[in-house]
Amino acid sequence: MSIVNALQVTGLRVGFSGTEVLRGLDLTVPDGVTAVVGSSGCGKSTLLRTIAGFHEAAEGEVRLAGELMTPATPGGRSVPPRARNIGYVPQEGALFPHLDVAANIAFGLARGRRRGAATDARVAEMLDLVELGSHLSGRYPHELSGGQQQRVALARALAPGPALVLLDEPFSSLDAGLREETGRAVVRAVRTAGAAALLVTHDQGEALSLADQVAVMAGGRFLQVGTPLGVYLEPADAAVATFLGHAALVPGVTNGGGTASSLLGPLPLKDFHDAGPLLLAIRPEQVEVSRPGDDRVDDDDPGEGVPATVVDVSFFGHDATVRVRVDGHPEILTARTPADSVPQTGDRVLLQVNGEVLAFAQDGQA
Amino acid sequence: MGGAVAALTLLPLVYVVVTSASYGATEAQEFLFRDRIGELLWNTTRLLVGGVVLSAVLGVAAAWTVERTDVPGRGWWHGLMCAPLAVPAFVNGYGWVSTTQAVQSYTGAVLVVSLSYYPLVYLPTVAALRRLDPGLEEVSSSLGRGRAHTFASVVLPAISPAVLGGSLLVGLHLLAEYGALQLLNYPTLTTAILQQYGTSFTGSAATLLALVLVVFCLLLLGLELLVRGRRRRSKVGAGAARRSTPIHLGRRRPLALAPLVALVVLALGVPLTSLTRWLVRGTSATFDYATLAAAASTTLGLSVLAGLVACLAALPVAWLSVRHRSPVTTLVERSTYTASAMPGIVVGLALVTISIRAVPALYQTLPILVAGYVILFLPRAVVSVRSTLELAPPALEDVARSLGCSAPEAARRVTLPLIAPGLGAAVALVSLAVSTELTATLLLSPIGTTTLSVEFWSKASSVSYGGAAPYALALILLSIPATWLLSRVSLDGGSRT
Repeated sequence: MSIVNALQVTGLRVGFSGTEVLRGLDLTVPDGVTAVVGSSGCGKSTLLRTIAGFHEAAEGEVRLAGELMTPATPGGRSVPPRARNIGYVPQEGALFPHLDVAANIAFGLARGRRRGAATDARVAEMLDLVELGSHLSGRYPHELSGGQQQRVALARALAPGPALVLLDEPFSSLDAGLREETGRAVVRAVRTAGAAALLVTHDQGEALSLADQVAVMAGGRFLQVGTPLGVYLEPADAAVATFLGHAALVPGVTNGGGTASSLLGPLPLKDFHDAGPLLLAIRPEQVEVSRPGDDRVDDDDPGEGVPATVVDVSFFGHDATVRVRVDGHPEILTARTPADSVPQTGDRVLLQVNGEVLAFAQDGQA
Repeated sequence: MGGAVAALTLLPLVYVVVTSASYGATEAQEFLFRDRIGELLWNTTRLLVGGVVLSAVLGVAAAWTVERTDVPGRGWWHGLMCAPLAVPAFVNGYGWVSTTQAVQSYTGAVLVVSLSYYPLVYLPTVAALRRLDPGLEEVSSSLGRGRAHTFASVVLPAISPAVLGGSLLVGLHLLAEYGALQLLNYPTLTTAILQQYGTSFTGSAATLLALVLVVFCLLLLGLELLVRGRRRRSKVGAGAARRSTPIHLGRRRPLALAPLVALVVLALGVPLTSLTRWLVRGTSATFDYATLAAAASTTLGLSVLAGLVACLAALPVAWLSVRHRSPVTTLVERSTYTASAMPGIVVGLALVTISIRAVPALYQTLPILVAGYVILFLPRAVVSVRSTLELAPPALEDVARSLGCSAPEAARRVTLPLIAPGLGAAVALVSLAVSTELTATLLLSPIGTTTLSVEFWSKASSVSYGGAAPYALALILLSIPATWLLSRVSLDGGSRT
């Protein structure tokens, strides 16, 4: 869409009273939606607030649409938030409680544009963009549902026509059903408005489903930045694999021949590894659980698989998550089973691992 | 800024301690260890115990009946239970004394002050009962406990912080009470301080008495902390709060109604009837309406001025404690509350002496009087401003700044409109308190300045009951808005959670 990147972060470091929260981040957001995903306290909100200009960077650069926001010279002034031309949607939306929906949306419009027909048109356009009816324009924030509040907050952020919208866990206060629907509507609106978006979230599902680019963050650093498919299928390290997709880590050894031996028997590896110890990341969808003598696996050898015991079962309706312990080992694996073949806690089962397995050289020995 | 305000409020306490320390030990001993002082201490202590216990019993019983039973007209009863707050204690005392001389005794004093101050227990207790998760009582009764047992073992422990807090307030008010007790001819430390001050003017004996009074206040605060302890009384788990179903009284209804009616008759009926009688009988053609009008306008001007100043002083303190939370700012905020535990008489005495010694030009001038009011009523302003600042979270200003506002513009367009109603309420609360204040006003007001309370006092204390009646009426009318506000707040506190 544009030649310059909507956001370019280079070598960013931010600290609070001696503690370094962001430790050298690089991120490029060309356009579209980029999700920063990480557990709470990893520094993702600080990154967002630094880009918005609410925190000062200790080191590094932030460029919005090519323009430098951080001080050009050490000790210089950074561009204040109001001059950055960004949209900001904090958690819970933070609508101005004393203003109605229309006045909230018009808040950031230039003084001359806040009243009159042009403003009304822009407000209507924005309400339409976030898929809300124009009858809501006279309502006050406390008269809106949580999902509506988030959409109005987005409309307010988009109204002045920013090049970049910052979304700080905007869906975390919504309940599960509403979250997915609101998330999709928000991303649709951002794309229609032609803005780029940086979405901060702790929900890997949200990040993978909504974003064009996912940055996985931990301890103030990016572990991996890539497409949703890329970071899921080819995680850079074991931490990314366990965070995205709840992979269980199991030790294994390879002799360099493309397979590894482990407590689950010999497993084919996805990538080539030199001979030595490995950490195998096994995803729930790769583990198949069968009962010894089960009719439905009768075309296989009924004795095939690694014996294990069911530790607990979470039934979700469409499927179930089963946690199993392999006999004689402390490791617990997670498996998904279809709704019609859910074992009970304490059942003896056989495990099989399907497909090639992700492997990482063990830390300290690699 | 906040520090300066806190220092101002600590001034009376520092003054009392420093001045008392400057007396020789023997000199102080000679003065303090006399029969008269012993009698004053005994009087004060037994009034404190009797008044606090009776207020707590009345307050809790009334709160439980109004909040938890299906007594008819619960909304009206709530209003009537709060209404005694609108009758200043010294007006209540006047109403009783001018009806019967029999109240000029220990029992009479305990009765009259308790009837004036029990709403201070009633209000927080109603709010606590309303917030209480009815599930607690349901669980208790499902475990086989009877209603009385449940009340004692589940409800009472849960509402005890509210009852204790209210009782502490009653205690502090009793220690500070001057007007009512003087009219009831019941000498306590506070009445003695003012007499001592009136006879000697040197204030040295008065200051020593004030030190004893301050020690009493601190003991009371410490006692409350000790009893309350560090126990947590908060609700466990989120989840929507439900209202409990009121207890069906059925044939026991008269048993619940009779005490409520009796309480209203005693707390409101007697003083108001007496006032009406004096208004009808006493307001002769000789009544000076010009003086009443002058006193009313002076009171109005003074109270609005003090309200504005207190609100301005509260802003930095509240701002620090809400937006820059740290141990230091919490200390600054807390220190402003110490003055609320200082009786008006101590604050007045301290400001009189300090102004005479340090800045004689300010003695008995408007600034000193306003400073006294601000010290006394700052906590009300801080509480109000604080809760209103919490309505304007910093995230709103962040959003405004990201939408192109400069910091002052964000404050003007977002924060100010949000906190303006709260600031107004703070001004109103302080103004209303100032308009009925008596003790500090007697000590600090410039010569020739007559406020409604001072004018009422000069008439009532010289047994000119008829002449005092119009002033009493004006004082009650002034107190009604604040009382109404307080009664609403206790109801709101329940509906939110």
